[in-house]
Amino acid sequence: MESLSKLTEAALNAIKGAKDLRNLEDLRVHFLGKKGVITEQLKTLGSLPVEHRKQAGQAINQAKQLVNQALDQQRSVLEAAAREARLASETVDITLPGRRQESGGVHPVTLTIERMERLLGQFGFQVAEGPEVEDDYHNFEALNIPSHHPARAMHDTFYFDAGTLLRTHTSPVQVRAMEGQTPPLRIIAPGRVYRCDSDLTHSPMFHQVEGLLVDEGVTFAQLRGVLDTFLRAFFEQDDLQTRFRPSYFPFTEPSAEVDIQCVHCGGNGCRVCKHTGWLEVMGCGMVHPNVFEHVGIDSERYTGFAFGLGVERMAMLRYGVNDLRLFFDNDVRFLRQFV
Amino acid sequence: MRISNHWLGQWVDHGLTVEELGHRLTMAGLELDAIEAAAGAFTGVVVGQVLSVKPHPDADKLRLCLVNDGGGEPVPVVCGAANVYEGMKAPFAPVGATLPNAFTLKKIKLRGAPSHGMLCSARELGLSESSDGLMELPTDTPVGQDLRELLSLDDHILEVDLTPNRADCLSLSGVAREVATLTRQPLKVVEAQPVAAACDDTFPVRLDAPADCPRYASRVVRGVDAAASTPVWMQERLRRAGIRSLGPLVDVTNYVMLELGQPMHAFDLSVLRGAIIVRRAQEGEVLKLLDEKDLTLSGDDLVISDEEKCLALAGIMGGAASGVKESTRDVFLESAHFAPMAVAGRARHHGLHTDSSHRFERGVDPELPSLALERATQLLCEIAGGQPGPAQVEESQGHLPVRTTIDFRPARANALLGADIAPPVMQEILTRLGCQVNDAQTPWRVMPPSFRFDLAIEADLIEEIARVHGYDTLPTHLPAVQPQVSWLDEAQVSTRRMRACLTDLGYLEAVTFSFVDPEFQARFAPGVDPLRLANPISSELAVMRTSLWPGLVKAAQYNLNRQQERLRLFEIGLRFVPQDVELKQEKMISGLVCGPAWPNQWGQPDRTADFFDMKGDVESLLGLSGLDRQMEWQACEHPALHPGQSAELRLEGEVIGWAGTLNPDLEDWLDLDTSVYLFELKLEAINRGEVPRFRGQSRFPAIRRDLAVLVDEGVPAARVVQVIKSMDYTALQQVNLFDVYTGKGVPEGRKSLALGLILQDLSSTLTDSQVDDMIAAVVDKLQKEVGATLRA
Repeated sequence: MESLSKLTEAALNAIKGAKDLRNLEDLRVHFLGKKGVITEQLKTLGSLPVEHRKQAGQAINQAKQLVNQALDQQRSVLEAAAREARLASETVDITLPGRRQESGGVHPVTLTIERMERLLGQFGFQVAEGPEVEDDYHNFEALNIPSHHPARAMHDTFYFDAGTLLRTHTSPVQVRAMEGQTPPLRIIAPGRVYRCDSDLTHSPMFHQVEGLLVDEGVTFAQLRGVLDTFLRAFFEQDDLQTRFRPSYFPFTEPSAEVDIQCVHCGGNGCRVCKHTGWLEVMGCGMVHPNVFEHVGIDSERYTGFAFGLGVERMAMLRYGVNDLRLFFDNDVRFLRQFV
Repeated sequence: MRISNHWLGQWVDHGLTVEELGHRLTMAGLELDAIEAAAGAFTGVVVGQVLSVKPHPDADKLRLCLVNDGGGEPVPVVCGAANVYEGMKAPFAPVGATLPNAFTLKKIKLRGAPSHGMLCSARELGLSESSDGLMELPTDTPVGQDLRELLSLDDHILEVDLTPNRADCLSLSGVAREVATLTRQPLKVVEAQPVAAACDDTFPVRLDAPADCPRYASRVVRGVDAAASTPVWMQERLRRAGIRSLGPLVDVTNYVMLELGQPMHAFDLSVLRGAIIVRRAQEGEVLKLLDEKDLTLSGDDLVISDEEKCLALAGIMGGAASGVKESTRDVFLESAHFAPMAVAGRARHHGLHTDSSHRFERGVDPELPSLALERATQLLCEIAGGQPGPAQVEESQGHLPVRTTIDFRPARANALLGADIAPPVMQEILTRLGCQVNDAQTPWRVMPPSFRFDLAIEADLIEEIARVHGYDTLPTHLPAVQPQVSWLDEAQVSTRRMRACLTDLGYLEAVTFSFVDPEFQARFAPGVDPLRLANPISSELAVMRTSLWPGLVKAAQYNLNRQQERLRLFEIGLRFVPQDVELKQEKMISGLVCGPAWPNQWGQPDRTADFFDMKGDVESLLGLSGLDRQMEWQACEHPALHPGQSAELRLEGEVIGWAGTLNPDLEDWLDLDTSVYLFELKLEAINRGEVPRFRGQSRFPAIRRDLAVLVDEGVPAARVVQVIKSMDYTALQQVNLFDVYTGKGVPEGRKSLALGLILQDLSSTLTDSQVDDMIAAVVDKLQKEVGATLRA
């Protein structure tokens, strides 16, 4: 029996010293395999007296169990070490950039229009569209601008022939909306407009957003409320000052121009606001009874307001762009700034 | 409109600083553009008289002058102005005076000659943008007087931007009337006394177009001195209004126009024959205008003529032959009322815009002609002498503008404004504006003043009340928003979603002009006759695009020229396709790809993008609506595209878009040295998907079988896949083309396609023999339909 305990001890020592899993497996075979030295001990049982056999058998089994336990233990130690080593070898430089496409982005004009659509959408305004090649009737006549009206001179219209033109504003969409639907009406019409004018501050093509609300009991006070709220929200400035100045548009009466406190200098006066502290941002007014008459809406029962603003101007103020022409150069170095 | 604050003060004591006044006007709808000083900031400049002029011994262009500045001793001055002469009076800046550029004069020597001061031009004093030599002052100007005092230069000019409806403010008196209304101050009307006739001469006037000219006041003035000089005060007022002094006769008519708003004209009486006739022009009649331009007239034009010839384009511009000149002795003054419709549009039609047409087309008070005539006669006789004949007024009562009362309801005003203004306040405002208000019953009867052409309906009066009351004093509310719930169209793919898809794929959105270069247009779409602008802004922006590609390609060119070589651009916008009956304005979504497939990075090998990178992006876009599975890509011919790399996209047979590689001929023409890939789709054809419909999924295992077949190179891969799909096996879930190969092992003229077929049944596990049968049938069908053979 002495040899069994020596054997066991030798086995346990060997196992403890095993360097890797293969070494460990060899040890298992050596000690516990079919022909392993401990397994071999069982064969000696037959030569023992009967009364000793049981005890001896138990001792051998115990030894096997001990060795097995040691094997298991060492195996998990070695496995953990191997795993650790493997993981260590798999380390990557996580500071390397990811494999990717570049991020694209929408045009700042779109960015601005979408923002306006979402803001005004909260008042229930829904987007409407209209043709860009327009007829004289929808662009002028129906908006109370007959052919000899001096206001036409302010429009610098692109013509195709006497009756066909490029719309000079998005206002014809209000006419088309009123022709097609009965009040209540709540629409905004964003889109391209065209004027035959090109210099530092004028582009022959630019964008406007037109708004129209027609219902019973619509007031000038509500127009101011909606635009005040819209402008504060657009510039994310709760204390933004606005002012309404009387103005003139043939299709609204009363008409107003809306100024905001200069967002560049906070109203103190700077180059952007020409030292007035104010920036003109939009035109608006109550729908002129003649316009209602053209589209067959009863102007005694319904009143309405309309407003229009220049998208590029708002984008320039919002994002600090200082040159209108950048919007149409499509220089990707400019466009990427809005990604 | 430029208003001298000093002059305005003579009409109304507004008691405001010039800044306050500007603000009040702005907030009343007369937008202040700028406040300018009437002169530069100079001090110490006096009236000087040139006593003698001698040449400078050492300089050809300089003269040695002695100047009397009122101080007693003649002052030596070296002067370079060409117009200096002995006896001339001009502004003189003595030693110690400061000019607008903060330059203070000292005793100096110019080329050796002493110069103790400077004779000044108008520009040097900040009185004009440019000047021609010294500013000459009238001979009766007192020597030594301070120039600022003499010319009342401590004045400001308010530049007011008037809207077209406020023609009544196109004069000093009109603005003064407005200021009086706003400040509740009385208006000090400058009285124009009727001038007593000093002779009996008249000249007949006939109104042949009384609707266009219902009133014509006129007068003969004999023996005027056209060479007299216009007084300094008048010259100064004209200058401050931006009008050049052109001699007393013209100056007086311009001055009266500025003061009262009535455009006038002075004819040389000696040129007139028989009678003045106001009539429509004859077709083709030619008139030489004051500016020496020949104008061919039509029956739409209103002219002033005599019995022989056309004299002037009525209310717009005089003719060259009949205008006053320095030799003119006898004058015929015209002060007429022309109807806005007779002038509106005509000036613009001829490319003219004058102070007169500007006023008449907006409407001039029909009550003004006689008043203006008296005022002009009075001034003319004061300045240029002459014997006035009696005033004559020819008019057609029936054609004069009829003023009608406007029904006005105070309650309606408050309802429209959302305000609560007391009716007496409204009454007071209307009255202050010059309206006659009869408020005995509702609606009130309001008669607007004759000078307010813009007040015609109740809404106009409501605006007036709001305006004078002050927009900023009116209340502000938010409307009570009635919810209007629109159904969300779930099958619709929003434009916003499409944009998001492309931007996520790395695209930047471009916005290019809707009008393009006709040559680009012709090269991209030969055979299509685009819509042409009648008045393009430039020859390069002259036709409406029939595709978004020219604009995108031009944008690419712009960027490539700026070392931006990897481009992904898209645009959404209308194209304009002329058709038999009407123009089609069609919304397109178009894109452009060129340069590397990926941004340069460590984890991806560099590779140039090709057709299939672009196609993959288009398929992703189509995938938003599920149309990527249904879209047929058919090889086609397209003038803008490479003949072997161009596709037509068809949906149920209808062409809904194009994609391909830019035609190498165009690439050369544009000097691009990189391939460009383009796509263009009809947005409204691809923005409808389907609302998802659950179908269930199989619980049984899927089986994949790979096939490698050989087909002729000309057989489209899509055709092979389509043949397999057409077999209509319900178990066939997917056909995946995973390799295309030509080369070693594949016969010349053939190509090998590797296809993965995924089979799965909804109700049972497929057996090997079932699958074998299906595959055999597929192979058989492919053999019959496209001549496919299994690759050995």
